[in-house]
Amino acid sequence: MTRLSENGFDVTADLLEDMARGAAFLGAGGGGDPYLGAMTALHAIQTYGAPHCVPASAIGDDDPVYTAAMMGAPTVMVEKLTGIEEVEAAIAALERVMGKPAKAILPAEIGGLNALVPVAVAAKRGLPLIDADGMGRAFPELQMVTFAVDGVSTSPLAVCNEHGEYHVINARNNKASEDAARRLVIEMGAAVGVSCYPMDGATAKRSAVHGTLSLAYGIGKAISDGRRRGDPFDSLIAYLKSTDYYNKCGIIFSGKVVDLDRRTERGFTLGACKVLSNEGDGSELEVIYQNEYLRARVGDRTLAIVPDLTCILDAETAEPITTEGLRYGQRVKVMGVSCAPVMRSKAALDLFGPRAFGLDEPFRPVEDLIVAA
Amino acid sequence: MRIGVDVGGTNTDAALMDGDAVVATTKTATTRDVSSGVVSAISAVLAEKGQSPASIDVVMIGTTHFTNAMVERRGLARVAVIRLCLPATRSLPPMIDWPADIAEIIGSDVYLAKGGYEFDGRKINDLDPDELRGIVADIKRKGVPNIAISSVFAPLNAEMEQRAAEIVREVYPEARVTLSYEIGRVGLLERENATIINAALADLAVDVVEAFRNALRELRISAPLYISQNDGTLMSAEMVERYPVLTFASGPTNSMRGAAFLSKAKDAIVVDIGGTTTDVGVLVGGFPRQASSRVEIGGVRTNFRMPDVLSIGVGGGSLISDKDGVKVGPKSVGYRLTEEALVFGGKTLTASDIVVAAGAVEMGDPSLVRDLDPSLVEAARALINQKVNEAIDRVKTSAAKAPVILVGGGAVLVTGDLPAASEVIRPEHSSVANAIGAAIAQVGGEIDKVYDFNALGREAALDIARGEARDRAIEAGADPSTIAIVHVEEIPLAYLPGAVRVNVKAVGDLLATKAQRMKGAAAE
Repeated sequence: MTRLSENGFDVTADLLEDMARGAAFLGAGGGGDPYLGAMTALHAIQTYGAPHCVPASAIGDDDPVYTAAMMGAPTVMVEKLTGIEEVEAAIAALERVMGKPAKAILPAEIGGLNALVPVAVAAKRGLPLIDADGMGRAFPELQMVTFAVDGVSTSPLAVCNEHGEYHVINARNNKASEDAARRLVIEMGAAVGVSCYPMDGATAKRSAVHGTLSLAYGIGKAISDGRRRGDPFDSLIAYLKSTDYYNKCGIIFSGKVVDLDRRTERGFTLGACKVLSNEGDGSELEVIYQNEYLRARVGDRTLAIVPDLTCILDAETAEPITTEGLRYGQRVKVMGVSCAPVMRSKAALDLFGPRAFGLDEPFRPVEDLIVAA
Repeated sequence: MRIGVDVGGTNTDAALMDGDAVVATTKTATTRDVSSGVVSAISAVLAEKGQSPASIDVVMIGTTHFTNAMVERRGLARVAVIRLCLPATRSLPPMIDWPADIAEIIGSDVYLAKGGYEFDGRKINDLDPDELRGIVADIKRKGVPNIAISSVFAPLNAEMEQRAAEIVREVYPEARVTLSYEIGRVGLLERENATIINAALADLAVDVVEAFRNALRELRISAPLYISQNDGTLMSAEMVERYPVLTFASGPTNSMRGAAFLSKAKDAIVVDIGGTTTDVGVLVGGFPRQASSRVEIGGVRTNFRMPDVLSIGVGGGSLISDKDGVKVGPKSVGYRLTEEALVFGGKTLTASDIVVAAGAVEMGDPSLVRDLDPSLVEAARALINQKVNEAIDRVKTSAAKAPVILVGGGAVLVTGDLPAASEVIRPEHSSVANAIGAAIAQVGGEIDKVYDFNALGREAALDIARGEARDRAIEAGADPSTIAIVHVEEIPLAYLPGAVRVNVKAVGDLLATKAQRMKGAAAE
């Protein structure tokens, strides 16, 4: 397994495919199609050169750090092809409000599309890209990040569309920022660039989930290397076990998708998927989701629950399957994977633990659940 | 009477039909010039029952010619691309994700211009006719007469693409224009890719349609010519000259439609076993279930409506090996079966040899496989069956058993029970199911748009969608009195309350065939 240097590496075009696949894995079923992000990053790298990705420790404590992401409806994004100009303009708007130019770009969400957007922006701006993000996975709302757990405010937040029209939001709390931004984004065309949680280097070091861009690459590379050898799951699990945070992991179920229930409520894709065991014992795993997979259960026995990751993968290729990509008859393996410890504190669980998604059960770590099973 | 022809990579099949009756069928080799293979197939079915060319009311042809041209990078033209979008989409210009070998053929004459719509119908920007005139003049100066035009959210509103086409006609009258709204659905890069492919096929389309017309002229058939598209409905030959890309995947669709017709089953699983692969698909209401994922053609991502077909490497020519346990395929002797298989005096053990040795089928010379190890024969026979059964199980839409229709030349490979099937149907004429699928095809219209259910109300919005699909079917030549809505799908959009993507498909009988049928009835 080739590993990227912990002291920093250039995000060259040849890393993008694996990085996108790893980002899809970390999306845990959601996060939007990383393909668009990968294509945007590819175009930016071809035009401006490869950005340099560094650990947060390489950033000065006083250095202003800005997040870079796209926000909106996935269906609209595939038509309007939200670009780095929009994200760049959102950052520029925040820089003006803060009165401090960016010294580094920080990914907000490593799962899905938004893993690769910061790569493109860092390439264009010629700024270092921090190897970290705010969740080490994907979540549906802006306030669901470790920055917020640490007391960093979502505001001021800037959203910008393709016309360069932007709004800066200063709201009373993070949830209010999310609500205001969501309304504005629809009005602005439902596919915009966003920058929020402006912070300094010291805060980024303290509150981010570290090493997640190289993690996304490592996951994607482990899957593609394993495919060539014919054992993508062995390769993937061996890699995850070598990481600092994601080392409690395993295949919790293997079977075939036999039931799908999908609906849209309050603007979210909600649903449940049932997987019938390959063992022939008739047992069924139920995975429920809200944009991302939230919980995997057999009967009333929970095997993995948010914020730990539940990932559904193609049983042969280990290609991550999104909630939209689920289909009856797919042969799948379902994995439970531990999230970073910072994601499991009480304050963190209040923001994005089971109850934040309306699940009436406490969080239990996947390592306890898998051992118990 | 009608003739259906399927021009495949290996075989050209034809079926002569009178109403719902199959009068004659044939299988001939596909020829390099396309035309002579079509002539010999049609001559064969006419000769079989001594029919005259004048008795033919309509000819329907299904062809994989354009798909193969794309895959083999053959006969493709240079294309200029205009996208109406600015200031949106600048980060991802057209053809950003194309393989280098094909991008080189197509060229890099790409232009972004002001225009495009929002998801709710507002304009991103007004179209600027002067800007477009300048672009088209530049394309004309470069001498690239095949032009692809796309616009953001064109499936919602085609006005800007149509206006741009008018400007092209005015500045560069000899140019051939493809508009994205007529080709694909929501998903700009994929729809635009398909539009560019279509423009690249424009010259070839004229040649191929001309070859078909020449074949009919040579046969003295003056009946109208229709060609199958990927959803199993028909397009006029004139339409194919303009939209060849819409014929992609018509092969598996025709085979499934033919299977539905021959078996009278509307909801079933179709297993089409050929020389190299077994294609398994699902019929819902007599039409193939469509794939929901993106489809790559020759390495280019598109979002066509393609039948959701699972292909496994099991066919009549599949190689059988017994190193480390018995294996079937995926390698195959393909069309060389009649030279290489043991029963035909060849030296290669194939799936066909196994079923002959097992006594399930008569083919070639059975004495040539008499000495095969019986345990190998039984293990391989069981494995073939098991693989087909697993494929059926994978495509099923529910846990319940479903009827299975076996078609294609390799259908004889299935020799045992299929536990996933409630019943196994082996219809007559099943080896030319695809030609029959072409002969029975109807014409259709489809729309795929986003509607605001909050503003319009769900019922009203669906009514509008149904009406538009009907209008498109009539435009395509359907008899209004026979039009039925065969598919309505509603997909609510995440993060956009009230916005629902609606896909509606309407189909009806070809007005021409109905007129001819009535004429026939009157004569009687």
